[in-house]
Amino acid sequence: MNIAQTVINGIAVAVVSGEIDGKTAPEVQSLLLPIVVEQKTVVLDMGNVTFMSSAGLRMLLLVYRHATAESGRVALVGLSEQIRDTMSATGFLDFFVIGGSVGEAIENLKSIG
Amino acid sequence: MDTRIDFYPTHEHCGYKLRPGKPYPFGASLVPGGVNFSIFSRDATSCTLVLFEKHAAEPMVEIPFPKAFRIGNVYCMMVFGLDCENIEYGYRMDGPRDPGAGHRFDSTKILLDPYAKAIGGRDTWGAKPDWNDKFQYRGRLVFEDFDWEDDRALETPIEDLVIYEAHVRSFTRHPSSRVKFPGTFAALVEKIPYLKKLGVNCVELMPIYEFDEFENSRTNPGSGETMYNYWGYSTVAFFAPKSGYAATGKFGMQVDELKNLVKHLHRNGIEVILDVVFNHTAEGNERGPVISFRGIDNKTYYMLTPDGYYFNFSGCGNTLNCNNPIVRSMVLDCLRYWASEYHIDGFRFDLAAILGRDPWGAPLPNPPLLETLAFDPVLGKCKLIAEAWDAGGLNLLGSFPAYGRWAEWNGKFRDDARRFLRGDTGMVGRLAQRIQGSPDLYEKSGRGPTDSINFVTCHDGFSLYDLFVYNDKHNEANGENNNDGSNDNFSWNCGWEGDSDDPEVNRLRRRLVKNAALLLMVSRGVPMFLMGDEVGRTQKGNNNAYCHDNELNWMDWSLVEKNAELLRFFRNMIAFRRAHPVFRSRTYFRNRDMVGSGIADISWHGTQKWNADWSDGARVIAFMLCGRHAKEGAVRDNTVYVALNGHWDGLLFSLPAAPEGESWHIFANTGLDSPDDICEPGGEKQLVNQGEYFIGPRSAVVLVAR
Repeated sequence: MNIAQTVINGIAVAVVSGEIDGKTAPEVQSLLLPIVVEQKTVVLDMGNVTFMSSAGLRMLLLVYRHATAESGRVALVGLSEQIRDTMSATGFLDFFVIGGSVGEAIENLKSIG
Repeated sequence: MDTRIDFYPTHEHCGYKLRPGKPYPFGASLVPGGVNFSIFSRDATSCTLVLFEKHAAEPMVEIPFPKAFRIGNVYCMMVFGLDCENIEYGYRMDGPRDPGAGHRFDSTKILLDPYAKAIGGRDTWGAKPDWNDKFQYRGRLVFEDFDWEDDRALETPIEDLVIYEAHVRSFTRHPSSRVKFPGTFAALVEKIPYLKKLGVNCVELMPIYEFDEFENSRTNPGSGETMYNYWGYSTVAFFAPKSGYAATGKFGMQVDELKNLVKHLHRNGIEVILDVVFNHTAEGNERGPVISFRGIDNKTYYMLTPDGYYFNFSGCGNTLNCNNPIVRSMVLDCLRYWASEYHIDGFRFDLAAILGRDPWGAPLPNPPLLETLAFDPVLGKCKLIAEAWDAGGLNLLGSFPAYGRWAEWNGKFRDDARRFLRGDTGMVGRLAQRIQGSPDLYEKSGRGPTDSINFVTCHDGFSLYDLFVYNDKHNEANGENNNDGSNDNFSWNCGWEGDSDDPEVNRLRRRLVKNAALLLMVSRGVPMFLMGDEVGRTQKGNNNAYCHDNELNWMDWSLVEKNAELLRFFRNMIAFRRAHPVFRSRTYFRNRDMVGSGIADISWHGTQKWNADWSDGARVIAFMLCGRHAKEGAVRDNTVYVALNGHWDGLLFSLPAAPEGESWHIFANTGLDSPDDICEPGGEKQLVNQGEYFIGPRSAVVLVAR
């Protein structure tokens, strides 16, 4: 597992990939938290995430909580339809800024300040 | 820093690290690094924890509880290093096999934990189960960390509630519902705007605890359709939401999905009451399956005859032994869990008279369970509603042990309202009691009008529309030669059994539906109606549709347009009730002037003002609610006059004078065609003739003074 990180328009973009479940979530979390703590606001590009279990969604919410503790935000990009539906049905989606593309996510983040 | 020294293993079994567990809480609880498993059995001689990988046919390990891991009658053990999302668990219990003495231990069976908080095995609704699987209903572990933000139970004053009884699957399963995941909690979220616009502020969900829709499922010989345990009044697991009701059940996320539904309903001002079935379990009688309780501690959990058979006060094969202290604790733990973990606002107890019986079935004067629930601190603000009768012939309507907390489904409101609405004589006096919140039933024992949940229809029996389309039940589709279901429907078909092409018949039927809605909303107490009644939903005369996963139960959303007239009437009637505190009170009318307004809080009239006809032959009743008496005089509301003409002729009513300086304005008249039948609250037009008003046949009128 590795997470590619870039900065676009001054906002950190992290590309997450693979299956995120109870086994992999702790590792993803350990990679994401330092980014969030440093950058506060972050776009997570989930385009290469093929599966998210309940533990994966909880990890995302934890990342979100760390970001908001620093007055930051978390935007998600590239969610598969299934992951998006699952997040919507369980309420996890409500916490995140959503974008159709990285550019749109950055726009949305900036528009809410 | 981890400062606890007791979350480290001390024992090992086949590579699994263990330590003695904690007896409380019962069930499986996540602890740092592992899971604490705890289960009670008084008479088991040994207990084994059985762990499966999710969906696996064979266990991955069976871990016998070492002797040192039993505290009293509780087996408890921590197991470390489990992948919590991907395991399923159960137990084997050994002990006496002596049915005559009440013991039915069988260590060949793998048993479901009564405290399991999620269930695998029926993940998706209607997916055919593998009956050869040795473990049908599998305990799963759940994260109890849902982010509620600032949500909590709404604590709406009960007198302000308008309850909508709904079945989760039926509400959105019909293709016309146009939701992404029909029949699920998630789909219900999509329909919240509809409920909000309708004006209801409480949904009462028919059972959502895990049940097996395939219990006693069979093929209808006529249609070839599968008939299910569709409504779900047969609980498999009291602590677990039904996976098949969740779009995400196949991912094991039903817990989060249901919590998200509750959170969204609350955000929209809508409370959630759960219909809970604690009178029996899905294990049936001695010929039923061994799922859980029977193999864990049969003698504790069930009411048994002296020779070890099952008492059947539920009509479903067994009876949960609710007033045994262990079972009582389980029920309490369960309700506390739903109130605290799911933010549930209240509970409606199916066949609750059973909860007042002792372990041998005799009614108790002071049932410990009912008292415990009434005084429990965690449940302190929950609504507690009893279906105050059972299938063993015990009817406690009006005498249910209430402890100042318990309300009742008022079956007498249902019957008397139906009989008046269809034009029976001899009903006027009784209807006057129902309109006042049934003081004849509740006042002498110190209870109040909000102890009466008023309803004309509920899931049992005809839908409101069918009430005026069928004289007799038509339950042939249930496959029991029309022998099932109640015969006391007090319905009237308006002269033609079934659907009619006659515009006059249909007009009359719509009017009677509106009369029912009107009566419900102007009566003191707490109004409840059945999903779809507001749009004329039909069950084709089936008054016991418990087994049908089809249009007999499903809400047809095309009716929203087709019967927009009824929907509009319901909406405005609900809005009127919610706009006028004069309808909503925790105390009874005194039938006299308490505030110096010059008129009584409620006054009775007939076709002649100030002269109600209480005789047996009467079919007419009118009443006036004094606005200055609203909330016992604490708030000022409009004075309201309501007239109900149950006669087949139109009649001229002389009207009592409106309060000085005010005049009567017409809010509703079911005798007029839409849109003149009702208006929006506040939009009432002044009556031309303030002295008298003609009210058409079988029609009802509401006037408001201002």
